[in-house]
Formats: sequence, structure tokens, C-alpha cells
Amino acid sequence: MGMIAIVNGRLCDPAATNLSEGTLLVHGDRIEAVGSVDFPEDAQIIDANGMIVAPGIIDLGVFKTDKPAFHFSGITRAALMPDQSPVLDDPGLVQHAARAGKPDFWVHPLGAATRGLEGKDLAEMALMRTAGARAIATGRTWIADSGVMLRVLRYASALGLTLVIHAEDAGLTANAVATDGETASRLGLPSAPACAEAIAIARDIALAREAGATIHFRMVTTAAGFDLIRAAKAEGLPVTCGVSPSYLFLNDNAVTDFRTFAHLSPPLRDERDRLAAIAAVADGTVDVLCSGHDPRGPEDKRLPFADSTPGIAGAETLLPLALNLVREGKISETRLMALLAANPAAVLGLDAGRLAPGAPADLILIDPDVPWIVDANKMAAAAGNTPFDKLPVQGRARMIMKGGVIR
Amino acid sequence: MTSPAPSPATGLVGRANFPHRHLLGIASLAPHEIRFLLDEAEQWAILNRTATRKHDDRLAGLTQMNAFFEASTRTLLSFEVAGKRLGADVVNMHASQSSVKKGETLIDTAVTLNSMRADVMVIRHMSSGAVQLIADKVDCPVLNAGDGRHEHPTQALLDALTIRRRKGGHEGLIVTICGDILHSRVARSNMLCLTALGAQVRVCAPPTLMPAAVERYRVTPFSDFNAALDGADVVMMLRLQNERMDGGFIPSAREFSLLYGLTPERLKRAKPDAIVMHPGPMNRGVEILSGVADDPDRSAITEQVEMGVAVRMACLDVLTRGDRGVAGWA
Repeated sequence: MGMIAIVNGRLCDPAATNLSEGTLLVHGDRIEAVGSVDFPEDAQIIDANGMIVAPGIIDLGVFKTDKPAFHFSGITRAALMPDQSPVLDDPGLVQHAARAGKPDFWVHPLGAATRGLEGKDLAEMALMRTAGARAIATGRTWIADSGVMLRVLRYASALGLTLVIHAEDAGLTANAVATDGETASRLGLPSAPACAEAIAIARDIALAREAGATIHFRMVTTAAGFDLIRAAKAEGLPVTCGVSPSYLFLNDNAVTDFRTFAHLSPPLRDERDRLAAIAAVADGTVDVLCSGHDPRGPEDKRLPFADSTPGIAGAETLLPLALNLVREGKISETRLMALLAANPAAVLGLDAGRLAPGAPADLILIDPDVPWIVDANKMAAAAGNTPFDKLPVQGRARMIMKGGVIR
Repeated sequence: MTSPAPSPATGLVGRANFPHRHLLGIASLAPHEIRFLLDEAEQWAILNRTATRKHDDRLAGLTQMNAFFEASTRTLLSFEVAGKRLGADVVNMHASQSSVKKGETLIDTAVTLNSMRADVMVIRHMSSGAVQLIADKVDCPVLNAGDGRHEHPTQALLDALTIRRRKGGHEGLIVTICGDILHSRVARSNMLCLTALGAQVRVCAPPTLMPAAVERYRVTPFSDFNAALDGADVVMMLRLQNERMDGGFIPSAREFSLLYGLTPERLKRAKPDAIVMHPGPMNRGVEILSGVADDPDRSAITEQVEMGVAVRMACLDVLTRGDRGVAGWA
């Protein structure tokens, strides 16, 4: 098999502190060499033309396998949430979901922690692991019974599976669709206090400590939540967390006029929490940036706000919005790719997200400055439910290589 | 065609007095637009009270559809009477809650009604924002008759008109609104309307029934009803929904009544000439005692119902002026 040499790129190794000039050599489905390397004359040459050469994005926690949208944004792998119909609580369903994207996209299903995501009986985690589940998740729900949660954590821990957690105390959130505050009150929307998140995180950290389990909070969105994650990390607990750009660039004002495209779960927070989320990305508290991709058509979104389904088609805006953080000087390019590739790979136990010899040749070229405008009517995603419609953004993926094959 | 005269109160001509296609809430109205609707309602209050034949034919030939997705007796009847007094052909649609709860059905229903060529629609729905959603889909003016917890603009207008007739204005009046503020669209519309008109609004509820950040409406929140009543000019009691009394939000109706029931004794804390209002239907003995509700010197409750018809006539008239080709309203 021939070699592919990517030349004139700025190499973005998540493990490094800065971008570096150099060549990246691909052999078969693996990275052969990185840096100042000689390559055979018959190698296929790709001129990166000064663009960023980065590992493919690994999107931790999507709700649909939506390849056009993922490829648009340079996403080469995604962890699929168990909140499917039917719920991914069975090895056969997990195996089926894992095959859905191949060969040019890999889906890593997250097995449901409990049967039907009902928070009662343990799901067959070992069988689902054998079928391809890379981690276990509570879905977009809260396991209310602390006894069940402790058993889930102990059982998953013994299997070496990370538990991906949704942190909202359902007793507080009940039927809420917004965060307590002026906007929710004026619109007359059922709302819950933001502390529903911190309460859930505090409980689950305590239970994980008890069980010796590794946990990942998929979407942390409040200052109090980040404080708890910081403290757990300082204590040395194996706790990680993620956030999506929505919580970095929107606050609860976005639901004004009953805009269901801004109906998220967890709901958008106030400005203070938004700024805390950016600070948590900048200071290293946040490990993962994810899209939470959940394309929803009019049948789910053109409804009264409280009756609409939460979620946004976030895949296409993940990279350009994350690049805002680099442009604003909050994080470096290499840290960005740690958030988008290396860290999610680590949470899922994948050998991916690296720019090093031997790593899978899942690569993207990023043109970080090219301007474009988000258009809900022209998205690659299965539906155009984005709260960022008409927003001018910069940066997009120009080339995608999955397992050494260019799309 | 003669050009229309400017409004004596605002100096504005025709459509400039009320440049809105729909009436979806008080939040989008400027104070002079609220006053314009109240001024327009005055003539109908006079007509309704004095004329033997309470009829005007300005909406003759127009079809008014009242689409009520949530049960209502009083508001529906009030809108029906208002439309008929103006000569409109009024039709009512009641939809059971279950059949319209899901999916595209709401939009489909709106499109269906629209296809029947309504000239004005009056809509009530149990979900906040639902009336706006329908208004975006239809070709005629839409009047919000209550959407979830969000707004009930004609109720706020009729309350403002009642207060103005009893008190001569709104500026500087202390208005105390007491009851389930959290779930109440009447409270939300009234907070917006009365603060816009210059009243000092107090809201009083048990903490479990008070919305977050309510002070952002420029109102003063109270949990102590006695303190909230001190020196009030207007006391507006809200209906306590039966489903809130089962222990989820308050322990019991009798405990609510102990803390928040308006008794003649309690009313003495308000100004001697304070009036008492209630949007109805009342839970006598819970939020309001009969001795207060039936006191002709204090209670404005029946006048509220009367003003409801007048306000709704005004809204139906004003919103259809553009389509009727009234001079200055095209």
C-alpha cells in the first residue's frame, strides 16, 4: 500500500503545546511518521497549504448518526447516546448502531446504564461492551434512586467502563424546560433552578468516590457545577466533564420569543454561568467539547415551547464556534484539539485523537479563518434546528481522512 | 374620503395609534397603545350600559372564530357577546386538551381554521407561546385569549379599564395582586399593563407560587399578605386552581385561606376606599370571603365582567380596521 505525505501543514498535536511545521506521513490506515520526515518519491503528496493538520474530531455524545453533518465539521468518530428508539440497552442494538457509519465514519455506541433508561434495573453492560459499547451512559435522564446509581457505578467500574452522566436532579427539573430567571418567568415557561445541576454532580461524585468508578459528566453548564468538578480533580478522582458551544456562546435570553431551537437539555443558563463555562474551558476544568448533535424537524420543534423536543443540530457549528475560543486567546490550537479529539478518545478508551506514529490515520485539514454564515436552510445535517442561524463564523474542515482514506 | 381625525389623547392618526397586526400580549404594547385601547373601550361600555339595542354593525359580514383549546366559559362567552354586538358572525371551536396536545396537530388545526377564511381569530391554549405560533401561520388578526402561563392581554385591559373608571387613572396607585402568581397569565399581563400605566404593583404569594426574578417586572414581591395590603388602592385576588391545593404547592386550601384569604378584617389594612377585584371564577371561602366579594362599595368584580365585553369589542374593532378599509388604518 502506498504512502500519503501531507506537506506544508501546521501540525496540531494535542499532546504538544504549540503548532509545529512539518510533514505527516500516512501508511495504510496508520500514521507512519510526523515532523521532519523523508518520504518515498512515489508517495501521494497532499499540500496542506498552511492549513492546520489535526486528528479527526471525536464527538462524545450525539443523538443521531448523521454522517453529512459530521463530515462537514471534520468529525471522524462519534459516541452515540443510548437515547434511541429503541433504547441502546441490548447487545444486538449496540452492535447494529456500531456498524451504522462504517467504513468512512465510526460510531462508538454508549450502552444504556439501566434497561430502557428507566433508572431501575441494570442493563447488560458486559454483553454490550462485547458488542462494541465503549462506555455506559445514563442518557439524557437522571437516575433518581441513589442505590441504583451506586450499583451502576460499581458494576461499570469492575468492567473498566466509564459512566457518562447527565447531571440534572429530576426532582427539581420535573417538567421544566428552562432555567429559573427573568426570561422563563416572562414567557411563562416551567423552569427549574440552575442548582439542579450542582446537586446531581455532587451526589454522583460522592457515589463515584464510594464505588471507585470513572465518570464523565457529558454537559456541565453552571458555575457551581464547574466548582465541584474542579474540587474532584484536585482530589485526584477520575472525573472529567464536557460542554457544548451552545453554553459558551448563548445564555437563557436565547429562548425569548419561544425559540424552540434554543430549547436544550440541560437548558441554557444565565450570563454568569455562561462566563463560568468559558473560564472552565480556559482553565482546564473542561476536558471535552462536544456538539450534542440532535437534528430535529418541525414535528419536534414547531410546537409550543414546552411541548417541543430539546436539542440542536450542533455538529456543523462545533468546529467554527470552538475556534472562537482560540481567536479570543482563551485556548491554544493544540488544547482545542485535546478538547475535540484526544480527551474524548481517552474518556472512551480509544486509540485515536493523537498525531503520533502508530495512531490511526483519522485526520482533518482545518482552514481556521475562512468565513462562512450558518444557514439553517442549507445545513448538511438531517434537520436545520440551530440557534446560530445567520451567524457569521470562521473556520471549517477542508479534508477528511478516515483510516488513511480520503473522503 | 375625508382624512381621519387625530386621537385627542395621543395626537396620533389612524393606524399609528395601534400599529399591531395581532394582540398577543401586553409585553409588546407601548403605554399610549394600551391607553388607546382603553379609550376605544369606553364608548362600548357606554353603549352596553345605556342603549336598549346594544348593537353596532361594523363587523357585519366578518367571521370571528373563537378557537379554545382549553376549557373556558366566561372568556369564551365574553368574546362571543363582544363579536355579536359588533355584528360579526361568531363561531366557536372547542378542542379537547388531549386531541390537540401532540405534534403538528396544532399547526394543522390553525391551517384548517385559516382555510375557512376567518377574518379574526380568538385563541386560547394551555401552552405558553402557542397563540403566537398560530398567529404566525394564519392570514387574519389573532387575539390571545390566554396562552399557558404567559399572557391574557384582554383580562389585563379590562382590569385596567375597571380601575380607571373607579379610580380616575392609574398613576401612583398601589395595586396588590395576590394568589398563585407562578401559574397565572392574568398576573403576568397585569404586572406588565399596570406598571406601564404608572401604578405601583405589589405581588403577593406563598414562596412556592412566586415566579423567579419577579422583581424584574418592576413590582415588589411579598409573602406576607398583611404587609402587601397596607395602604393599597386596589386589591386584585387571583383564583387558586384546585390542582395546586393538593399538597404539591400549598398544604391545603384552608391553610392558604388562613394566610392569603381576603377577609373584611384584612381589607381594613388597605385604603378605606380600596376596591377589590377578581378575574373569576371565585373560590368563595378560599381566596376571597363572600363578605368582601359581595360588598357593593368595595367589590368591582361584576364591573370587571362588564368591562370585559367592552374591551373585547374595542380589540375586535381595532384589529380588523385594516382589513375593513377604515380610513387611516390600511
